[in-house]
Amino acid sequence: MTRIPVAHRAAFLARREHRALRVAALLGLLAAWEAVARIGWVPVLFLPSPLGVLGEGWDMLRSGELAGHVAASLWRLLVGFAVGAALGVGVGIAVGFFAVGEAVGTPLIAATFPIPKIALLPLLILWLGLGEPSKVAVIALGVFFPMAINTFTGVRQADPLLVRAAVAFGARRWSVIRKVVLPSALPMIFAGLRLGAGTALLLLVAAEMIAVESGIGFLVLHAGNLMQTTKLMVGIVVLSLLGVLSHWGLGRLERLALPWRAG
Amino acid sequence: MRVVVDGVTKTYADRDGQPVRALDGIDLVVESEEFVAVLGPSGCGKSTLLSLIAGLLAPTGGAIWLEGDVARGRTPTAMVFQEFALFPWRTVQTNVEFGLEEAGVPAAERARRAARCIALTGLDGFETRYPHQLSGGMRQRVGIARALAVEPAVLLMDEPFSALDAQTRQLMQEELLGIWERTRQTIVYVTHNIHEAVYMADRVVVLSRRPGRVLAEVKIELERPRAERMMGEAAFLTAVERIWSLIRDQAAEVLRE
Repeated sequence: MTRIPVAHRAAFLARREHRALRVAALLGLLAAWEAVARIGWVPVLFLPSPLGVLGEGWDMLRSGELAGHVAASLWRLLVGFAVGAALGVGVGIAVGFFAVGEAVGTPLIAATFPIPKIALLPLLILWLGLGEPSKVAVIALGVFFPMAINTFTGVRQADPLLVRAAVAFGARRWSVIRKVVLPSALPMIFAGLRLGAGTALLLLVAAEMIAVESGIGFLVLHAGNLMQTTKLMVGIVVLSLLGVLSHWGLGRLERLALPWRAG
Repeated sequence: MRVVVDGVTKTYADRDGQPVRALDGIDLVVESEEFVAVLGPSGCGKSTLLSLIAGLLAPTGGAIWLEGDVARGRTPTAMVFQEFALFPWRTVQTNVEFGLEEAGVPAAERARRAARCIALTGLDGFETRYPHQLSGGMRQRVGIARALAVEPAVLLMDEPFSALDAQTRQLMQEELLGIWERTRQTIVYVTHNIHEAVYMADRVVVLSRRPGRVLAEVKIELERPRAERMMGEAAFLTAVERIWSLIRDQAAEVLRE
């Protein structure tokens, strides 16, 4: 009689978390970058050191220069995002729920969605002027499409059984939208918000490179023109922080808004 | 409240646009406080019949009437679904309150009536849970509590226990009978399970396979309240045998397709 030990053959599929490695990889990259800058292989003009960028950022923070740029950008970002998201959700529901909305909305969205929104910036400037409205509008437009399309998809995924149940218990049209369709679409709406946040940041920088005197996009472009590479890097780091922060904030908001999805 | 189904026909368009007759000339009267089971092989249109009575579908021909006085603040019909159909974003408490919200019942009374139905269905202590945190049996209790909360004159049940395991189903049947003894609603109970139909109902309406027609109405001569031991009684076994002989050929035909 032979005895064959049963090996755990799926062992290699297990994924460990490697927390220390995460931190080490990030710190290692920064350390290598710092070393390259210190040794002087690359001139500071092309690649400022991480510590130099940190120092410059601190100085700009203390002088209030950075706060001004960040405030200007945040305002454009938040207003554009709010307007675009609200319109997107509204249109998404109208197109997803109402047959008339679908007939009118689908071809319009299909025709306008593929346009790169940056291409519309000159047109928006022509219509709305060089001031804030055109900047906000291009961000709103960029957020609108992912929001509308995701909301539409979410509305379409609403379980017909739940809609029937709501109607069986006396729900009319608006009750069905508010109490069944909208909560069903919420996960997709949040996914849309994440997509929109990325697009908004991209369009913000693009919009701030034309005819403005403030904002992070302006800071980056201006510093680049003056060959102030360290300042430029500060702007890029701030943009990266904004991206990380919005992602984290939306994640928190989603967990708050969708308590039934947790565990 | 009586339910009168008068010569009802329902025709669907299938995927290719071809008309499919699901129900053909159904005549059926459910008396007030009667417990009627509608039984038939799969695809006989019994769920369609229930949706028609609930007003979720419109009949192609014929008409459906609800006869009797509905007290103010009472809803004529409420439905319990096979797949529970609970709102995943609502807790047990707010799921049960749903129908009351739609009926415009003030918040305080909603909470009171929901609490009573939650107690009646043995859900005490689970008020703040979400459906995904409950077992199948508990979920269907919520489904029943939600229906009872609106105090419907007619309770429509669409294979309410067929998604549950056999033991849970048995217990839930007992509980439903216990609740019915107290509330005495008119119940239309759709099922494909002969034993369940005979055990619970006053009368079993047997439908043919598509297009659904009424094959027979079998009166169940078992006393109330029903108890498990009655499943061995001659009246029970005769009724089961009679119904099985009615639908055996039909079921065999379904199998051959």
